[in-house]
Amino acid sequence: MHDGPILQVENLRIEIPTRHRTLVAVDDVSFELARGEVLGVVGESGAGKSLTGAAIIGLLRPPGRIAGGRIWIDGKRVDNLSQAEMRKVRGRIAGAIFQDPMTSLNPLFTVGQQLVETIRTHLDMSRAEARARALSLLAEVGIPAPEQRLDQYPHQFSGGMRQRVVIALALCANPKLIIADEPTTALDVSIQAQIIALLKRLCHEHGTAVVLVTHDMGVIAETADRVAVMYTGRIAELGPVAEVVRAPRHPYTAGLMASIPAIGETRDRLYQIDGSMPRLTNIPQGCPFNPRCPAVFDRCRRERPETVDLGGHRVACWKHGEQEA
Amino acid sequence: MIRFIISRILQSIGVMLAVGLIAFALFTYVGDPVNNMLGPSASTDDRARLRTELGLDDPFLVQYARFIGRAVQGDFGLSYQYARPVIDIVAERLPATAELSLVAVFLALLVGIPMGIYAGIRPRSWLSKLFMSVSLIGVSLPTFFTGIVLIVLFAIVLRWLPPFGRGDVVMLGWWSTGLLSWSGLKSILLPSVTLSLFQMTLIMRLVRSEMLEIVRTDYIRFAQARGLTSRAIYFRHALKNTLVPVITITGLQMGSIIAFAVITETVFQWPGLGLLFIQALNFGDIPVMAAYLVFVSLMFVAINLFVDILYFVVDPRLRSGWT
Ligand SMILES: Nc1ncnc2c1ncn2[C@@H]1O[C@H](COP(=O)(O)OP(=O)(O)OP(=O)(O)O)[C@@H](O)[C@H]1O
Ligand SMILES: [Mg+2]
Repeated sequence: MHDGPILQVENLRIEIPTRHRTLVAVDDVSFELARGEVLGVVGESGAGKSLTGAAIIGLLRPPGRIAGGRIWIDGKRVDNLSQAEMRKVRGRIAGAIFQDPMTSLNPLFTVGQQLVETIRTHLDMSRAEARARALSLLAEVGIPAPEQRLDQYPHQFSGGMRQRVVIALALCANPKLIIADEPTTALDVSIQAQIIALLKRLCHEHGTAVVLVTHDMGVIAETADRVAVMYTGRIAELGPVAEVVRAPRHPYTAGLMASIPAIGETRDRLYQIDGSMPRLTNIPQGCPFNPRCPAVFDRCRRERPETVDLGGHRVACWKHGEQEA
Repeated sequence: MIRFIISRILQSIGVMLAVGLIAFALFTYVGDPVNNMLGPSASTDDRARLRTELGLDDPFLVQYARFIGRAVQGDFGLSYQYARPVIDIVAERLPATAELSLVAVFLALLVGIPMGIYAGIRPRSWLSKLFMSVSLIGVSLPTFFTGIVLIVLFAIVLRWLPPFGRGDVVMLGWWSTGLLSWSGLKSILLPSVTLSLFQMTLIMRLVRSEMLEIVRTDYIRFAQARGLTSRAIYFRHALKNTLVPVITITGLQMGSIIAFAVITETVFQWPGLGLLFIQALNFGDIPVMAAYLVFVSLMFVAINLFVDILYFVVDPRLRSGWT
């Protein structure tokens, strides 16, 4: 067995060919994930978070495609696998949880049928054994009266309960990595915290590493070990959560942090970054953040910043590039 | 669910009563039964006596009730053409049409669904494109034309299959089946293919477009993320979700199958209800026409009821609302 990082992404580039031109939706994204680690991924809508997650488990929707870079899961190169080979990785080594639990489950099959088929796809179990495992999984994700719930259909579950079922389904074969793409965005605010806590506890117990995509910096601060901040398909900053939250190095991250109210703090108005993230069709020359950046200077408008490693804390900003040089 | 089925049955009975009214109107107002029975040379007294005997002077509602009462017992009177009870003639012809229609629907599903699945999963492959172009032809060719082309090709040029008729039949009680003899099977091939072609292409196109849509849904994506095999994803998860529209269309299309059966039966001289109806039309055989009307409507209503019940079997979301 391989005992390096569970996930390695190296210079990932995702292109979306359209009628007029080819859009580069994700560019030069690199990161590693240690076993059992939780990596938060934040960024504005359209930053390329979901595409990155989909590329990792080989579920990019055409016409989107991996145009460059390499991905290893559990030491195995996966970006060039065929669908049939990738299928053996999915569910067993790397699973995924999507945003909307209302539509993630097939409405025409009982929860038990969906659990049992997933278990039996990956583990050599009889129907009865798989059913027993399904029961214990439902109990583990905190569904009351699992014996009765097992034979019910998805529409008989509330949103929060469905996302618990989805988590149980993702954990069927004890994968070592889970890509959770905004797993609570579609849920009631009151339930979001419960689901995140559940995900955190289960992954901790099973030693599962998680890539947690979310808009909620609060969730990241509480749950993740490290955080990657994405902007226009690139990683602007990546570092340990505590450092990034307390001392952000990239002006964009600083803006993001300033726009979150600290607990107990009362401010009349929250800080907001001016403007919005540019569309993929008109990413400015130089640093993609330069038109909105409060600390912008000449070089930012001309050259794209290189990523600088400040001791386990990476940032793509000329402010730091200058210091290094 | 029980409540739903009962309400549907009541509706069906309503529809049948209305159809009965039309059939009754045919009887009463289109033909003159007295004239038919006595001939044009009978005296006025004889006519009047027969009118009273037949109850033709009774009030409209009484006559209608009597007609329905008889129809329920299968009594549609005597055929003008054959001078035999209509019900006996219908009973002789019904199996031929039923077998032809059922084999046609079966063929349409058996071929249309797999083709649709394939074209939906691999929309870009050349085979899918071929299916789509061929299906366009299938939709646009008139039934009588395909029938004649098939007869010329397979019966006259190649001499593989009989050009018309039903072949040897085997009696199972009162039901005559052509499906148990070799010549019967050979005979049903061409007419059933002709009859099913339109439905086949329709079902193929329907399954394809449903498939295209369903493979993009979140639950299919999540099924892929769970690592299920392509077979489980396409044939279990996706296919079951295409079934509801397929059932709807198949049910609705049963109507047009029975309607087109008239043409197919004429082209292939298939001794079924459709051919009987065409002959009755030429002879002005009103009792047979009325009986055909009632029988065909009965089939429609029964199929619709069956389709409604099938929905409940397939879609659990409907079940929970009614239990
Ligand atoms: N099929 C496609 N055609 C064109 N553009 C696409 C396609 N799929 C994704 N994109 C673009 O790629 C970019 C990245 O999309 P992605 O879904 O990864 O964003 P995201 O960071 O997950 O955003 P959100 O927070 O809204 O989920 C977006 O600008 C999106 O418009
Ligand atoms: Mg997203």
